[in-house]
Amino acid sequence: MAHSTLNINGTTVKFTPGQTILEAARDAGIDIPTLCYLKGTTPTGSCRVCVVEVEGARTLLPACSTPAAAGMVVQTESERVVAARKMVIELLLASGNHNCFVYAAQRDQGFKVEDAIFCEAEGECQLQALAERYQVFPPSYANPPDTKYYYEDNNSMIVRDFSKCIMCGRCVRACCERQVNLAIDIGYRGSHNKIVARGDYPYIDSDCVFCGECVQACPVGALLDKAARFQGRPWERTKVRSTCPYCGVGCQIDLHIKNGRIVKVTGADEIPNEGRLCVKGRFGWGFVHHPDRLTTPLIKENGSFREASWEEALDLTARRLQEIKDQDGADKIGGWCSARVTNEENYLFQKFMRAVIGTNHVDHCARL
Amino acid sequence: MIQHTQSASQTAADISPEALSKIEAIIARYQDQPGALMPVLQEAQDLLGYLPVAVQERIAAGLNIPGSEVFGTMSFYSMYAWAPKGKYVIRMCESPPCHVNGSENILQVLKQELGIGVGETTTDGLFSLELTACLGVCEVAPAMQINEVVFGNLTRDKIKQVLNDYRAGKAVDYKQLPYTTNDFRKYKQSPQELVVLDNVGVIDPMKIDDYLAKGGYSALKKAVTSMTPEAVVEEVKTSGLRGRGGAGFPCGVKWSFTRPLTATPKYIVCNADEGEPGTIKDRYIMEGDPHKVLEGMAIAGFAVGASKGFIYVRGEYYLSKYRLQNAIDQAKAQGYLGDKLFGTDFSFDVEVRSGFGSYVCGEETALIESIEGHRGYPRAKPPFPGVAGLWHQPTVVNNVETLASVPAIINRGGDWYKTLGTENTTGTKIYQIIGHVKTPQIVEVPVGITLRELIDTYCGGLREGSTFKMCQTGGASAGLVTADALDVPMDLASLAQVGGALGSGTMLVMDQSVCVVDFMRSVAKFFAHESCGQCTPCREGTPRILETLTRICQGQGQERDLDFLERLAGTMVDASFCPLGQTAPGPLMSALKLFRPEFEEHLKEKKCRAGVCRFA
Repeated sequence: MAHSTLNINGTTVKFTPGQTILEAARDAGIDIPTLCYLKGTTPTGSCRVCVVEVEGARTLLPACSTPAAAGMVVQTESERVVAARKMVIELLLASGNHNCFVYAAQRDQGFKVEDAIFCEAEGECQLQALAERYQVFPPSYANPPDTKYYYEDNNSMIVRDFSKCIMCGRCVRACCERQVNLAIDIGYRGSHNKIVARGDYPYIDSDCVFCGECVQACPVGALLDKAARFQGRPWERTKVRSTCPYCGVGCQIDLHIKNGRIVKVTGADEIPNEGRLCVKGRFGWGFVHHPDRLTTPLIKENGSFREASWEEALDLTARRLQEIKDQDGADKIGGWCSARVTNEENYLFQKFMRAVIGTNHVDHCARL
Repeated sequence: MIQHTQSASQTAADISPEALSKIEAIIARYQDQPGALMPVLQEAQDLLGYLPVAVQERIAAGLNIPGSEVFGTMSFYSMYAWAPKGKYVIRMCESPPCHVNGSENILQVLKQELGIGVGETTTDGLFSLELTACLGVCEVAPAMQINEVVFGNLTRDKIKQVLNDYRAGKAVDYKQLPYTTNDFRKYKQSPQELVVLDNVGVIDPMKIDDYLAKGGYSALKKAVTSMTPEAVVEEVKTSGLRGRGGAGFPCGVKWSFTRPLTATPKYIVCNADEGEPGTIKDRYIMEGDPHKVLEGMAIAGFAVGASKGFIYVRGEYYLSKYRLQNAIDQAKAQGYLGDKLFGTDFSFDVEVRSGFGSYVCGEETALIESIEGHRGYPRAKPPFPGVAGLWHQPTVVNNVETLASVPAIINRGGDWYKTLGTENTTGTKIYQIIGHVKTPQIVEVPVGITLRELIDTYCGGLREGSTFKMCQTGGASAGLVTADALDVPMDLASLAQVGGALGSGTMLVMDQSVCVVDFMRSVAKFFAHESCGQCTPCREGTPRILETLTRICQGQGQERDLDFLERLAGTMVDASFCPLGQTAPGPLMSALKLFRPEFEEHLKEKKCRAGVCRFA
């Protein structure tokens, strides 16, 4: 592929035609902050955090959606850029209830700390990170803490807290471009803009399938994984990479663990799912720590189950299969396999039924 | 401040089977057309008065559009309703031109007379009262619209009389009105020849024969049968015609970008959104001489190789839409539009599309999005529409007045056209002089006339007892000029030099009764209402400007407010997505430069020299 060069902050940087300024900069290790940018989706250039100064351009340009061009001269942290970026961050902080700053800014204005709803995103919030990086605090004109916003908590999986929403639109692109569920869009106009589902109904009454992709895409605390609320701060958790047990796709997941227990699951940015998960993979992990979960094989004797070891259970199963085959023939045995195991395991199972047991009586739950 | 504390304020309503089958019929008519959502929603609302969720869902299913997108799109436009309203919806204009003519007082009168507040419906279900950012009828400010009909120059007595008429069942039928506002021929006329408005008020706009008798469609015939497309482009280039929508881009140059492209189809879009407060000129052209616009579009289509045109008319201009549709039907019937015009291979068809209450849709890429059936979010440029516009095909977007200037250029030549006007801006221009002059009006004269001439010669001077304070030239997004600019020739370059803008050619003249801070508050209200919300600086910035100015007007301002406004304005200009956000703070910056002492008086002395602001 042909390369051209542009100049970023005085450094000559190679780029491939078709790349944006942001992509060229990131490839060269130059950090341009972003907020509304969501990898793998169409950049909208709407939050204006990534604006940069391009020589010859009348206004600042968004790095995420401006194509790099040969000979372009770009400044990513000039005084002009930083002034605009700070103002943008200030306006976003003013626009909602960004109460991670409650101690610094609002306490002396009579705001009671105990009235705050603790922000789940603290520590992971990208707006907070930007505010820290550029030393911006909520201004005096910020919406007062008693401002009422739409808050949706009527389903078991996702909380929508519009007091934190900064209208970056990442959830919409996650829903419509990454998952292609087309369940949400941006509605209304101007400062009244709001993320809307069909008829502006709550998620539970809309076309939403609760894949939770929007939650994972949200850079702030506006969309929350309900089960993870009040389950520790992000830095108290460790991430363990695993494979989703639900189906043969084998989505890669990150288990967020605190004190040896899962508190949240997110999609890992790897093949095959590249971050995506479905409702089961993301929210359906309750069985892991459920008291009813079987943790050891059970053998039924005299009408009731008793715990057994794997060796004992497997021996019993093998013996009984052999007995039935010897007594009544292999076709008296049928095998039923699961969509929750991999293709390879399903292959092995049918091989076992055909070659070892000697019957074609094998089927799969996904045929139901 | 409460924002969206409730979701789904809509109730599931019972829709009769008859109504539903009519909705299905509307959907069926548009089903296979791209960009069907807006016209289907509009027709459905016409039928039912509003669009309950059940209907939204039928439309979503019928057009194969997600329900979220249907609601996302309709909630963007202020004229859609998803809750029932009164039989007559009263939209009171609160645009800056109406504001300086006392619209706030008129609103109080309306509230008293109706006994309801804004957003409410009278108990008899007859009237709903709403505010609107602009109706485009500034020559009769203050004004309101009841369903399709405009009532201007409002007074308490007039409001009483109009409401009584409606209560008595005497509603006005807009189709029977000669014009939405005034007869152009009753205005003081220029002694010079008219190029664009020559037929307005002379011919019957509902009759194509009248237009033909005045030489109508001869330019189209000449272009199609005796010229090459390249020659047409060259002729327009020679004329020096610059876009009349506000930006002033050379029309021929714009066409020359699209002409050589091989991508097909190409489109012509006529921008008839006319949303800039103070701008009223295109309405006179469309209502008085609709064929001239169609002829200009067809010539543009021939020049660049397009066979389809859309004319996007702002939602409030019902009479314009009606007359344009009638003109299209007649032109098709007589072979001036349609297939194989004048026996050649050139075909051209025009469709009317309606906006539905959104100023930003006057921005060409937002307009294109709207025709496609989306929210009116401007697109990033490049690519420019000339290369990738409507459905990402090459698209020429021109203003009504620009296109209406084209037939004369083709008939009489670019060289003739450029003898009119100034070197910088050739041709004639329709100036609109509104505000505190004796007779607000429009006038078509060669570009270069001064503001003083316009006011004194055509508008009878300032109204009784007035002294000139300032003028906002070019529309709500342009800067202010003071008396120093009265003798500046009003072309694009000269006005820009004095901090104004020719823009759409509107001149909002204001006298000493206007408080500059209060006026800026009204401008800020307009932009806060019309910001599309796509980018942060404009979405969050416009309401902050309004909030701050409102505080200053109420005597609650602080000295640091002005620094904040300047800092915010700087970022909006520098970092907003589109021209709306980039220009929205322009008037304020110009006011702070020219009238800073007035702002400081409000802040420090709690004093309003115009006596407009009431301090608590």
